[in-house]
Amino acid sequence: MPFEFPGMGPLYLSLQLALTTTAVLLLFGTGLSWWLARTGTRFKPMIEAMVAMPMVLPPTVLGFYLLILMSPDGAIGGFWLRVTGDTLTFSFLGLVIASVLYSLPFVVQPLQNAFEGVSVQSMEAAATLGASPSDAFFSVAVPQARRGFLTATVMGFAHTLGEFGVVLMVGGNIPGQTRVVSIAIYDHVESLQYAQAHTLAAILLAATFVALFALYFLNRRWRND
Amino acid sequence: MTEKSSPTLIARGQFSLQRKDFSLSTAFEVESRGITGIYGASGAGKTTLLRCVAGLEPRVRGQLFVDDVCWQDSALGVFMPPELREIGYVFQDGRLFSHLSVERNLFYGYRRRGGRASRIDPDQIMDLLGLKPLLGRMPRALSGGEQQRVAIGRALLCAPRLVLMDEPLANLDQARKEEILPFLDRIHGALSLPMLYVSHSLYEITRLCDQLVLMEQGAVLAAGDLNQVLTRPDLPLIDSDEAVAVVNAQVLQHDLLYQLTELELLNGGTLWVSAKAGMIGETVRLRILARDVSLSLDLPSESTILNVLPTRIEALSALPGSPFCSAVLRVGEQRIMARMTRKSRDRLSLTEGMRVFAQVKGVAIQPSLAVQPS
Repeated sequence: MPFEFPGMGPLYLSLQLALTTTAVLLLFGTGLSWWLARTGTRFKPMIEAMVAMPMVLPPTVLGFYLLILMSPDGAIGGFWLRVTGDTLTFSFLGLVIASVLYSLPFVVQPLQNAFEGVSVQSMEAAATLGASPSDAFFSVAVPQARRGFLTATVMGFAHTLGEFGVVLMVGGNIPGQTRVVSIAIYDHVESLQYAQAHTLAAILLAATFVALFALYFLNRRWRND
Repeated sequence: MTEKSSPTLIARGQFSLQRKDFSLSTAFEVESRGITGIYGASGAGKTTLLRCVAGLEPRVRGQLFVDDVCWQDSALGVFMPPELREIGYVFQDGRLFSHLSVERNLFYGYRRRGGRASRIDPDQIMDLLGLKPLLGRMPRALSGGEQQRVAIGRALLCAPRLVLMDEPLANLDQARKEEILPFLDRIHGALSLPMLYVSHSLYEITRLCDQLVLMEQGAVLAAGDLNQVLTRPDLPLIDSDEAVAVVNAQVLQHDLLYQLTELELLNGGTLWVSAKAGMIGETVRLRILARDVSLSLDLPSESTILNVLPTRIEALSALPGSPFCSAVLRVGEQRIMARMTRKSRDRLSLTEGMRVFAQVKGVAIQPSLAVQPS
């Protein structure tokens, strides 16, 4: 696709990044959210605060620390270099890791809210009807939290699509590897290529509207039925 | 109480549970036939006892055997999780799954557990409870009574060895209660499932149950045959304004002219009740409220009260400070009660052992649902 439509490479990369990040977040975020919704541990406020931090921190702060951690001299980056021979910074994988952290609250918070709305009573009823805890989770908790899953998916995806600061710090601007659409737009504007900037910006604008419209539309339908 | 591991028992157990504001410490047995009522004030531990049986209280210590299978033995570290216990639990609040249709709610447990047992026929249960017209609806489109009927059906479709009902009618108004009770009667009659029925309503208990467990402050105060417990002079039930006795009677004849039915208490005389009820020779269950029974020393000759039974006072009981007192009366092989003021008792100089006449003003009859012989 990037070769057929010149200039669309960054868009393709952004889509790839957003899809991968959303998939990873749904997988791990679901477990974390369920645990947060049910746990009675006194560390819960601390963990919730840590999950929420990317929402308020300037992306450059998060990106700065991630850059240090993932650089070849950093704890994670150094380990990765020894094990695989690749560097994490300025790579697609590094972007995925950064995006997962950056978009974490946008997935965990709606899921946690939705799971908190799944009553203990429903789960008990499922148990008395012969459902094991995992069976009850998938047959009762997940369907009852489906609006939370919808919100988490759309927000996680859209938020990753729009990230700029973290990507710039951790990934730089390597065409085909880390040059995502938001950075490409910035580049085009910097070099006064307004036509290219317009094309990408308009696509992003339209895609975001469609995604959010679908979210609110489905949310309303699912509430009513 | 019956002796342990008797073949007429479905379950026996003992539990102890300590919480900040509540403690449960109790031993109990459940007859394999009929409905065992669990009665007591709120906070007596009725619901907690059911939850312990269902395995919903993981911190309870004790033992539980159902059909001689060990479900819990804390001393040996045995605790069967709730999903493996073959019970059917009907919660006070129904707890239907809001995201599933009535049909999928009904078959949730059937698919996981009940379908394996051939002793359950879904069609029969849906017919008994009148559920077929509701199958395609969503739970929120049902009335409170309909929701409870679905919840009962869902529990029965699990093919339970033991049905646990936790105040299934408590959230319904009187009209809805009366709508569900006949369905429970039918289940009682058609499916011989042992059942624990928790209620704080003596009306429901006396209507449905055969056995009674009386609970107070987390402990079992008494357990046994329904009428034995209802009329036992050493138990608090007889001192209630709602005190009620349940007796068996045989239908003797129907008087079509006066629209009455004559019944015979077991060696205790005959009673007339209004309306045509039961078939001749059939044994029916009668509920007689203590406040509907008054006593006189002589056989009243002129009175509008139709039913006068010769009886002997077995016990007299009055709570300190109450203007009322209760008398436990022997009628043939069974017992009923009379409630009167202490002033009347003293005016007639009533004493235990005295022979008097009981005038019965009201009798509620339940066709084709006799108390099971104990």
